[in-house]
Amino acid sequence: MKLLKLVPDNTNIGFVRWRYWGVGLTLVLIALSIIGLATKGLNYGVDFAGGLKMEVGFDEPANIDDIRDRIGALGLGSANIQEFGAPEIVSIRLPLAASEDPDAAKAVEAQVIDALAAAYPDVSLRSQDVVSGKVSGELIRDGTLAALLAMVGVAAYIWLRFEWQFGVGALVALAHDVLIALGVFAWSGLEFDLNIIAALLTIIGYSLNDTIVNYDRIRENLRKYRKMPMIELLDLSINEMLARTVMTSLTMIVALGALLVFGGEVLFGFTLAMLIGVIVGTYSSIYVAGPILIWLGVGPDSFLPESESGAERVSARP
Amino acid sequence: MLDFSRFKIGGIIAVLLVGLWFAIPNAFSETEVADWPDWAPKAQMNLGLDLRGGSHILLEANSESLFESRLEALENNVRLEMRRADGGTISIGDISLRDGQLRFQVRDAARVDEAVDIARQLTSPVGITGARDYDVTVEDGNRIVMDPTNEGRVEAIDAAMLQAVEVIRRRIDELGTREPTIIREGADRIVVQVPGLDDPQALKDLLGKTARLEFKMVNEEVQREIEATGVTPRRAPAGSELLAYTDDGSPIVVRRQVIISGDQLVEAQQQFQDGSAVVFFRFDSAGARSFARVTRQNARKRFAIILDDAVISAPVINEPILGGSGIISGNFTTESANELAILLRSGKLPVELNVIEERTVGADLGADSIRAGTLASILAVVLVMVFMFVTYGRFGFYSNVALAFNMMLIVGVMSALGATLTLPGLAGFVLTVGAAVDANVLINERIREELRKGRRVIAAVETGYAQATTTIIDANVTNIIAAIIMFALGSGPIKGFAVVLTIGIVTSVFTAVTVTRLFAALYLKRQGQRGPGRRVEAINI
Repeated sequence: MKLLKLVPDNTNIGFVRWRYWGVGLTLVLIALSIIGLATKGLNYGVDFAGGLKMEVGFDEPANIDDIRDRIGALGLGSANIQEFGAPEIVSIRLPLAASEDPDAAKAVEAQVIDALAAAYPDVSLRSQDVVSGKVSGELIRDGTLAALLAMVGVAAYIWLRFEWQFGVGALVALAHDVLIALGVFAWSGLEFDLNIIAALLTIIGYSLNDTIVNYDRIRENLRKYRKMPMIELLDLSINEMLARTVMTSLTMIVALGALLVFGGEVLFGFTLAMLIGVIVGTYSSIYVAGPILIWLGVGPDSFLPESESGAERVSARP
Repeated sequence: MLDFSRFKIGGIIAVLLVGLWFAIPNAFSETEVADWPDWAPKAQMNLGLDLRGGSHILLEANSESLFESRLEALENNVRLEMRRADGGTISIGDISLRDGQLRFQVRDAARVDEAVDIARQLTSPVGITGARDYDVTVEDGNRIVMDPTNEGRVEAIDAAMLQAVEVIRRRIDELGTREPTIIREGADRIVVQVPGLDDPQALKDLLGKTARLEFKMVNEEVQREIEATGVTPRRAPAGSELLAYTDDGSPIVVRRQVIISGDQLVEAQQQFQDGSAVVFFRFDSAGARSFARVTRQNARKRFAIILDDAVISAPVINEPILGGSGIISGNFTTESANELAILLRSGKLPVELNVIEERTVGADLGADSIRAGTLASILAVVLVMVFMFVTYGRFGFYSNVALAFNMMLIVGVMSALGATLTLPGLAGFVLTVGAAVDANVLINERIREELRKGRRVIAAVETGYAQATTTIIDANVTNIIAAIIMFALGSGPIKGFAVVLTIGIVTSVFTAVTVTRLFAALYLKRQGQRGPGRRVEAINI
C-alpha cells in the first residue's frame, strides 16, 4: 500500500531565517487583539456579566428584529438578542437588578415569554440561566486564576526540565495564543462564557504540547550539533518536526471541523475557539517560542554542564 | 525495548479488560442495566446537566440573618437567666444588639461578677480547642459585652448547613424527582442538581423559602384602630410587630410572642374544603395541648398564621381547638396549597437561603446536544482514524486500535469513579484524543526518520519509541500539571474539563505508547521468525 506523505522528506524551509516576518505578523495580530479588547471588549455571557439568559426555539426561522422590538418594548434594560447556532433558535440576555430576590428573574422571564408567545405561539423555552453578580465575579476570578496558575506551573516544569529560557519561551507563546484567541472573540462578538474558558485551557494544553515537542528536538540537536549556529539549528529542528507538526495539526483540524459543522449550537463557540487555538498554537510554537530562544541567548553552551553525560545518555538509551 | 515479558503482556491485557469491564454498562440503557445481577458493573458515566437537561441551582446561606437570630435568642436567654439568678433578679438594661454583639448594663454594680458568671454559662464550647462560641468581657465596670467568636460563627453556619441539606433533600424527595444531587459546597453554599425536570419553577419555589411557620395573636386594639381609621401607624407598639398579608399586602399588627410554631407540626396535607384548596395540619401532643390552651383563653379573638414573616390568614377563634389539628385557608390554588403542605412537612430551614445561580437546560436541548455531540464526535474520531491509517498503514492501524482502547478506558475510569461528563469535559476528551494521536504521530515520524538515516528496522522502531517517549512524557506531564491546578482552583465547568483531561492523559500515554509498542513488537517478532535470516528487512510506514 502506498502511504500518504504530507510533507516530503528532508525539507529545508527557512522558518527562522524569516522570523522578522513572523514577528511582524505576530505584532500586528497582537496589536489587533489588544485594540479589539480595548474598544469592543468581550461579549460576556451571563456567567461573567451576571443576569438572565434565555434560549428560545421557534418552529420556523426567527425574525430577530421583530423579537428585539417586542422585548425592547418591555423596558427591561439593554437586551442582547442573537441567533444561536440555528435560525430557529434565539438567545436572549437581559441584565437583572442587583437584588437578591429570585422572583425578580422569574418575573422578567415570564414577561419575555408572554410577549413572545403573543406573536409566536410556537415559542418554546429551551434553556435558561440566572447568575447573580456575586457568583459571576467569583467565576471570573476563579477562571482567570486557574488559567494563570496553570500557565505558571507549566512554565516552572519546563524550566526544571530544560533551561529557564525555554520556560519563558513557552510562557510567552501561551500568552500569545490566549491573547489572539481573546482578540478573535472580541472582534467577532461571539459570546464569552465559562465554556470558552475551558476552550482557552484546551488551547493552552495544545499549544504547550506543540511547543514542548519542538523544544525537545531543539535540545536534542543542541547536544548533537555543538558547532551549528542557533538560527540554522532552529530551522533544522523545526524542519525535522515538520511532518509531525503538519500531521497532528491537520488531524486536530479535521476532528474539530467535524465538531464545528455537526456538533450543534452548544458546541459551536468552544469548538471555534479550539480551532483558532490549534492554528495559532502551531504558529506560535515556530514563530514565537523558537525565536525567543535566540533572543534569550540560548546556544550550544546552554546544556554544557550536563552535556557530556547528557548527550551520551540520550543516544545510548536502550 | 521491544521485548515484552509474558508478565508485562498479561498486565497490559488485564488493564484493558478491567477498563472494558467498567465501560460495558455505558453501551446499554439504564433500565437494562438495572436488571443485571449484583456482581456485574452497573455504574454508568454521568452526563452533566448541560448534556442531558435539568436544573442546577446554587443556594447561599444568609449568614448575617443567622447570626442575628442567634443573637436574639441569646438576648432572650440572658433576660431569662438574669431574672432567675440565685440571689434574686439581677436588673439589666440598655440592651443593644449592634455590630453583631450583645451589650447590656448591670444596674447593680455589686452584682456584675455574678452576671458575668451567668453570661458565661450561657455560652457553649466549640470543637476540641476549648474555644467557646461567645467571648464575655466587661466594659466600663458595669457593661457586659458578649462577642461571638470566629469558631462560634463557623460552628453555627456548619450546624445550620448540615440541617439545611437535610431539609432540602426532604423537600426535593417530595417532588418525586429521580436522582437529585444535593451537595454542600464551601462553608455556606448548597448545590442542587436535578436532571430532566419538566417544571424547574416548582423546584425553585420550594428551595427559596425558609418555611418558618408561626402562630401569633393579633393585637386587637391597634388592629381595630387601623381598620377604623384606615391609617397605618409607622411602628407597631412595643411587644407587637407590623406584618403584611400575603395576598394584598395590607397591614396587620400582631403580638411578637410566638404562641405555637411549625416545629411542632407532625402532619400537613393539601385538602379541599367547600371546593377551595386548604392545608390541613396536625400538631404533636405538646403542640396540641398548648394550642388548646391558647384557643381556650382567646376565644373570639383573631390569631395570625404567619409563614416567613407574611401573614397567610388571620382567622377568628370561634371555639377552643382541642384536637390539635386544623386547616389553613387562604387564597390558595391547588398547587400553592400543595407546595405549602410540602414545605410544612419537610420542616423549616435553619437559615435563610438565597438562589445565587440557576441554570436550566430544557430536556429537548439536552437531547439535541447529546445527539449532535455524539454524531460529531464519532465522525471526528472516524476521520482521524482514516487519516492515521492512510498515512501510517499498519502502524496507523495499531494507533487506531490503541485510540479505541483509550476511549474505552476513559469511559471505564469515569464510570468507575462516578465522574460527570460535561460539555467542557467533551473538550477535554477531544484534547486527549489529539494528544493520543500526536503521541503516535511523534513515534511514527521518528521511526520514519530513523529509517531514512539508514537504521535497520528493529533498531529504528526501538529508537523511535525510545526517543519519542521522552518527548511524549514531557508534553503530557505539563498537561497533567495544568489539569491538576485547574481541578484544584477552577469552578464547575473547569473542574469537569480537568477531570477528563487528567484521566485521558494517563490512559492515552498508556495506550498510545505501551499498547502500540506491544502490537509493533508482536508484529516484528512474527515477521522476524518468518523472514530470511530471521531479520525484518523492511516495514511499510
